[in-house]
Amino acid sequence: MTDPSPPPEPTAPSAAEAAPAPPVSPGEVLLEVTDLRTTFSSPRGPVRAVRGVSLTLRRGRTLGVVGESGSGKSVLSRSIMGLVPSNATRTGSVRFAGTEILNADAKVMRSYWGDQMAMVFQDPMTALNPVLRVEQQITESLHEHIDLTKKQARDTAMQLLESVGIPEPARRLRMYPHELSGGMRQRIMIAIALACGPRLLFADEPTTALDVTVQAQILDLLQTMQQDRQMAMILVTHDLGVVAGRAHDIAVMYAGRIVEQAPAASLFAHMRHPYTEALLRSIPKLEMSKHTRLDAIGGRPPDLVNIPEGCAFAPRCPHAQDRCLTEDPQLVPDPADPDHLYACHFPVHGVLAAATPVTVGAASGADAGASS
Amino acid sequence: MLILGRKLLQLAVVFVVVTFFTVFLMSLVPGKPEVVVIPFDTTPGQSLQKQFREDNNLDDPLPIRWAKWAGAFVTGDMGNYYSSSDTEPVSGRVKHNAPTTILLIIYTQVVSLAVAIPLAVVAAYRAGTKTDKALNSMAFGFISMPNFATALLLTYWLGVKLGWVPTQGYTAPSESIPDHLKSMVVPVIALSLGQIAVYMRLLRSDLVATLQEDFILMAKSKGISNRRVLWRHALRPSSLTLLTVAGLNVGTLIGGAVVIEYLLGIPGLGTLVGEAIFSRQYVALQSLVAIIAITFVLLNFLIDYLYTVLDPRIRERAA
Amino acid sequence: MTATTPKARGIEEVPLIVEQIDPELERRKRLPIGAWLAGGWMVLIMGAALLAPVLPLNDPNAEVASIPKLAPGQEGLIFGADGNGRDMFARLIFGARVSLTIAFTAVILALIIGGLLGLLAGYYRNWIGNVLASLFDIMLAIPALVLALALVAVLKGNPAENEGGLSGQVILIIAICIVSIPALARITRANTMAWSKREFVTAAKAQGATSGRILFREILPNVLPAMAYITLLGIAIAIVAEGGLALLGAGVDPPTATWGNMIDAGRQDMDEAPFIMFIPIGAMFITVMALNYLGDVVRTHFDVRESAL
Ligand SMILES: Nc1ncnc2c1ncn2[C@@H]1O[C@H](COP(=O)(O)OP(=O)(O)OP(=O)(O)O)[C@@H](O)[C@H]1O
Ligand code: SF4
Ligand SMILES: [Mg+2]
Repeated sequence: MTDPSPPPEPTAPSAAEAAPAPPVSPGEVLLEVTDLRTTFSSPRGPVRAVRGVSLTLRRGRTLGVVGESGSGKSVLSRSIMGLVPSNATRTGSVRFAGTEILNADAKVMRSYWGDQMAMVFQDPMTALNPVLRVEQQITESLHEHIDLTKKQARDTAMQLLESVGIPEPARRLRMYPHELSGGMRQRIMIAIALACGPRLLFADEPTTALDVTVQAQILDLLQTMQQDRQMAMILVTHDLGVVAGRAHDIAVMYAGRIVEQAPAASLFAHMRHPYTEALLRSIPKLEMSKHTRLDAIGGRPPDLVNIPEGCAFAPRCPHAQDRCLTEDPQLVPDPADPDHLYACHFPVHGVLAAATPVTVGAASGADAGASS
Repeated sequence: MLILGRKLLQLAVVFVVVTFFTVFLMSLVPGKPEVVVIPFDTTPGQSLQKQFREDNNLDDPLPIRWAKWAGAFVTGDMGNYYSSSDTEPVSGRVKHNAPTTILLIIYTQVVSLAVAIPLAVVAAYRAGTKTDKALNSMAFGFISMPNFATALLLTYWLGVKLGWVPTQGYTAPSESIPDHLKSMVVPVIALSLGQIAVYMRLLRSDLVATLQEDFILMAKSKGISNRRVLWRHALRPSSLTLLTVAGLNVGTLIGGAVVIEYLLGIPGLGTLVGEAIFSRQYVALQSLVAIIAITFVLLNFLIDYLYTVLDPRIRERAA
Repeated sequence: MTATTPKARGIEEVPLIVEQIDPELERRKRLPIGAWLAGGWMVLIMGAALLAPVLPLNDPNAEVASIPKLAPGQEGLIFGADGNGRDMFARLIFGARVSLTIAFTAVILALIIGGLLGLLAGYYRNWIGNVLASLFDIMLAIPALVLALALVAVLKGNPAENEGGLSGQVILIIAICIVSIPALARITRANTMAWSKREFVTAAKAQGATSGRILFREILPNVLPAMAYITLLGIAIAIVAEGGLALLGAGVDPPTATWGNMIDAGRQDMDEAPFIMFIPIGAMFITVMALNYLGDVVRTHFDVRESAL
């Protein structure tokens, strides 16, 4: 992969000043989510897609959110950002740089979107507008949030494309999305997200739709960008292998809740939740990962309209006992390690078999796919 | 290139079949066409009726008749009107009346689209709300109102009761622009209502589908205004069906214009068609139908190409 | 924030992301009251039209009012009298009889012919299908009303010589039927094509079912909702077409009461007695709206796709 040159600071002077949120120095808390719940109204009844999630994210840190399909990862990140459809209700608290933004005015939210927080979507085939040129799609958030002339915006867009590793940026700017390869489109999406220098970046399964060979490149690019710009990043994936070595902290989601949360090293070394354990066993091999869902875990996730009493994982849990069916386990710190939280009555003492974490750890390299 | 060639071939086939049919129409006339067209031939020896047979090659078999007709048609000879003693070329009246109809149809399409597009955007944006339902009901009413009924009601209300517009007749733009516009109010509204409803419902449902796309969420996540998301990101990818239907509807519009022009005394092609029917000028009728069909086919051919402007993906595929 | 785009106030608060739930889902479950109203109107008007000769109505062609253009409600004539002193109410019902007969007969004939051709064209994807499909397209190249007009004009020929020729009603039925065929055929073909690709058709073929059996037993029942939808719309259009033709002098010859003839007669008296024109327009409007509405109910209820342009 091309070594990206130090990223330009397209937003340096104006954006930070004009922003309503105060600056947050590196290492300080940027995002604080408390008991966030998101419910969709539907003809079948309320769909409880996020059921009380709390998390904290500091500047310059990456949080990996992992869970199988339907566990509520996308709804969680969109709920934090406020990008929810009209049938959604959110409660709890989302504080961004100290300001409460849950249920903030649409106008206020728009001043954050693209400027303070941005999102990289899963599928670059469908997330770029097919009828607009790349240039327009990059510069429109620049124009929206920063006062730039056409020329300045264009130059910034060129720099952005260069920084995300796209050769011949001037030519690419004039192209339509369908004229570019999948990897190229995802780089463009990243460039769009980074355009105004956001402080919080959501990456919702940024590589699931891509060719195996470019997945690692895109993940590395995101990591480099996150470090160079000292952004906070939420990296959503269904694949523990993707976050291993890339996220500082990992939150494992199941049925709209975090069931285990810990610094990456500690999670991999001493996982406590049976679901996490099952997830890790089912890490898809990179060469087949394009559409692999975690069917390695027997059974299906619960219906979010009728969530059973007790532990939501109980019907599929090999360790389940009677208590699990009646008593809902709370997310509590491990007595031995207060940074390590889990929600389980009968936690496993999973020091994983030696081979697995090594492979996972190595997955951060671009060549990991070939070896596993 | 290959595609263009095939399209042109198709076009040629359509022209041949349609005009063949219009020529064949004359054979459907019960009895002798020359007697039906010129019932009271006052020329000596009824020479005009004989001339009619000759002019229109009625003694030739159908294919030859068509070939002769087509040969004359492409040189601009559209046959004659026949009175009891005289003839008058059809092409003269067509040239004189065509601009009026073209204007009428252009005004109608512009007004229809200008009203329908914003309404569709509002309805899609507010999908499922009272506004949306109200607009949908309105569309139902518009679709169910025959254009001639609208024309008559408006003539009564704006013309007879309020006296704002003439109840009959037409002023050319070269004479007086304000009078011209006044004379176009009733016909344009009458022809537009139905189109507005059709266009609105169509665009609304396409927009609702587009608004579910990822790229809309993506656009929204940039923090741009809803207005910009709707007009810039959603409208164009949603407008392909609208364009097709707008093209196809020109046919319906021409049919509508026939009645409306005739009702309101507007000297357009529609009036010519109406008169041709009324006074059984089959030669004129045959040429008028051919002109209308050819225009319509050409227009749809053009619209096929306009597609590629709206959606670059199609441009790719066509290449 | 240094926003440059003007903000649309008013629409600000509503989130743009549309719900992913199909909004028509709920509508599809039960029939809306509108459907009952529309159906009720159609039953009423069709019943009245059918029974017109035995109902206690005045002769629609007789001068019954003491003066022409008698206002509605006087002398026991609830809709008044027209310019010739004839009972508007009787003419409306007898007019419905003629107008609806023309529209229903023409479109149902067109449905049988066009539907059959459409089924064949959609099922046989070889030269037969292609030729038929091109034929529909070519016929659609002539605007329907213009074609209908031309047909009526030539079929009528010289009214003076037309002894023993086709009656006005039959000519109208033929003309409207012919111009409706390609539209009906085209929609049927598109739907047939879509259903022919389904697994159950392939399965039936694999089991050695005959083409006829597949077409009429497997495909036709699935295509019927689309045909019903387009037929209802077609009838509505045919009713309007009769009106348009009457206004152009190409309708059923007066004094026969049809809605089109009534509107045509009424517009002469627009200045003094606009009700003569309003009443048949109103009847036509309500009927057309009811048919359109019922068509829409069929469409949403059976999820008919309109992509078959
Ligand atoms: N607008 C909505 N209305 C109703 N339910 C919804 C809506 N959006 C999402 N859901 C439901 O919320 C649940 C969580 O969905 P979400 O997209 O967050 O899953 P995910 O973890 O991102 O899965 P994936 O890996 O497939 O992306 C799903 O059961 C989904 O059906
Ligand atoms: S609480 Fe019980 S069912 Fe739930 S994960 Fe723990 S052991 Fe399994
Ligand atoms: Mg997701």
